[in-house]
Amino acid sequence: MLRAACLSLLAISVILAGCDRSDRPAATPATAAAPATTGGSKGGDFGPPQGEPIKAVLTSPPMVPPATGRTKPAKVIVELEVIEKEMPISEGVTYMFWTFGGTVPGSFIRVRQGDTVEFHLKNAPDSKMPHNIDLHGVTGPGGGAASSFTAPGHASRFTFKALNAGLYVYHCATAPVGMHVANGMYGLILVEPPQGMPKVDREYYVMQGDFYTAGKYREKGLQAFNMEKAIDENPTYVLFNGSEGALTGDKALTAKTGESVRLYVGNGGPNLVSSFHVIGEIFDKVWYEGGTHFQENVQTTLIPAGGAAIMEFHMEVPGSYVLVDHSIFRAFNKGALAILKADGPEVTAIYSGKEVDEVYLGDRASPNLAAVATAARSAGAGALTVDEQIKAGQALFAGTCSTCHQANGQGLPRVFPPLAKSDFFAKDSNRVVDTVLRGLSGPVKVNGEDYNSVMPPMAQLTDDEAANIATYVLNSWGNPGGRVTKEQVAKRRKEAAPAAASH
Amino acid sequence: MRALLLLCLLPLVASASDGGGYVRIPGGEFASVLQYEDGRGPSRVAPFEVMQRPVTNAEFKAFVDKHPAWRRDRVATVFAEDGYLAQWQAPARLAPGEQALQPVTRVSWFAADAYCAAQGARLPRWIEWEYVAAADATRRDARRDPAWRERILAWYGRPSSRALPRAGAGAPNVYGVHDLHGVVWEWVDDYSALLVSSDSRNQGDPDRRQFCGAGALSVGDREQYAVLMRVAMLSALAGSDTTMNLGFRCVRELR
Repeated sequence: MLRAACLSLLAISVILAGCDRSDRPAATPATAAAPATTGGSKGGDFGPPQGEPIKAVLTSPPMVPPATGRTKPAKVIVELEVIEKEMPISEGVTYMFWTFGGTVPGSFIRVRQGDTVEFHLKNAPDSKMPHNIDLHGVTGPGGGAASSFTAPGHASRFTFKALNAGLYVYHCATAPVGMHVANGMYGLILVEPPQGMPKVDREYYVMQGDFYTAGKYREKGLQAFNMEKAIDENPTYVLFNGSEGALTGDKALTAKTGESVRLYVGNGGPNLVSSFHVIGEIFDKVWYEGGTHFQENVQTTLIPAGGAAIMEFHMEVPGSYVLVDHSIFRAFNKGALAILKADGPEVTAIYSGKEVDEVYLGDRASPNLAAVATAARSAGAGALTVDEQIKAGQALFAGTCSTCHQANGQGLPRVFPPLAKSDFFAKDSNRVVDTVLRGLSGPVKVNGEDYNSVMPPMAQLTDDEAANIATYVLNSWGNPGGRVTKEQVAKRRKEAAPAAASH
Repeated sequence: MRALLLLCLLPLVASASDGGGYVRIPGGEFASVLQYEDGRGPSRVAPFEVMQRPVTNAEFKAFVDKHPAWRRDRVATVFAEDGYLAQWQAPARLAPGEQALQPVTRVSWFAADAYCAAQGARLPRWIEWEYVAAADATRRDARRDPAWRERILAWYGRPSSRALPRAGAGAPNVYGVHDLHGVVWEWVDDYSALLVSSDSRNQGDPDRRQFCGAGALSVGDREQYAVLMRVAMLSALAGSDTTMNLGFRCVRELR
């Protein structure tokens, strides 16, 4: 059905292109003309494989195998092993991932249109679960799933001809499918068009996925899968390449100015659609939906769950470019953030401003942090006053807290609780500290109003910063006053979930 | 068939304490997560006795010592694949330490079946296993309780590279039976009738061939995916297969 619909769309575009030509025969720019159809799967069979079978080069993310460089259809052998293993999902947090090839996303597979692919799926002996694979690049029922159902310690084989060119998601389709996908069982297979992909300087492999852990965001230790959150489509983490920090710091993607970069980006889901964006770059080309045609000059491209896209851009200005899901809370509160670092000489004619290297510090990039610096100096000298703490806390509050609780501490009625004259922490200043450190989710009553919202933990704040914010809150807007020291914060940070967590 | 004949020739080695001894399970009405083709609504489960805990390596070794045809170096390959008992130090020697008391794994269905037969027992049918496993510490059927389900799912999320606990170390359920969840998968007698489609998404269009199977794609209760993963696991297996997380226990008809 789908294919029929696509073909009729193509037919329409061909007719339109025809009109174009007759109306404006002389000056139709190449990019405006609808490209001729590739013929889809009917045009993708180039006959039987030729030459000796070739073993496919598989790569772990973020690397991409080299171009096949072939001009004739070949028989390609792909060997992929399913491995269930505990890996970090965030700093100090681990998760029992189910993987294709030991990584999330799974190994990148690269073949050429018309290739005959002999697929070997192995399931590691210490796996608990049976697994299979559905490759969206396969023409046939289930995409290989029924032919590849494999018990632990076994291997299955099936063969398909890659009839359609494009970038395709593969994933496990064993019951319950959502859980297998949520545990990281997806990856990408690129079926190159016969002429190959245009040459670029660098290619990278990035894949987004959403994860559902029993514990809260960044709650330490081995976290179990939570089916309820998955059904509610309420992820704890939204990540590129399976862990927070998979593509930042030392592991950031790299390029040099003057180079062209191509990203193969997939979205494994299981639930969320990605608004994929690179902060500071414009995609020169996007092969939207991983298909044959490209759009030019794109800021943000939509990648459906179980879909992919290819994007290309030229690096002009050195610095750090941040890859995000522009559904932006996912980037800053659930982990969907990666860095592409471009090295090279400054090009002030194109961009003159200051570059922020390292992580994108959205909430602290405000210039008014002099009070914070003053407080830090005093604290170092052992002469920190309450007044200095309040001033520093005010600056920090403006960056981190005021978005929700408002600069006047009034919050937003029925959405974000007020901090002004709040009975929530009137009796116990530790409640302010605990809420800052651990966040607060679920129903809570403040000044007689019910609230049911999510505040993420602000565990990234240092003890000093949290103490200053708490002191500011306690001394503002009619609150009772008081002082929170960094020692008090350190103590609360160490203690296991206190009273505030029971709300 | 040949397997059965062979087993009939083996002498019985009934050791009362294997599997921690047997516990009597009263019969009752039970709605399986699978819809059996021969009827709608709950099934009747007759009373039976079941081992308190999975069979251990030491117990299985005693069986192999008595019936050397089931040693890993002598077993016919149609009855057990290469990985059979590979965790033992030698064909007739356990690894030192905890292994003796851990549940035996890497046993084929044929080997598990032979062990139970030698006990004058048999492997449980799926519905018997599911019936006992539906219980928690206080109720016979706790399947509606999300906490029961979460405990099962928690095991799926634990790395299997960690050593197995001793058999019987888990808390008993209301019948006094241990370790039905959270330690190992267990063979059932009719595992090969549990045909879950190998592509589970075809649930509206089941392959007609699979209607022969008792559990043909017919998932009665989608909420019970935690148990269904066990069905999916069993349906992925052949009788000679062994895995690092698959053991068994036996049941007995009432005398």
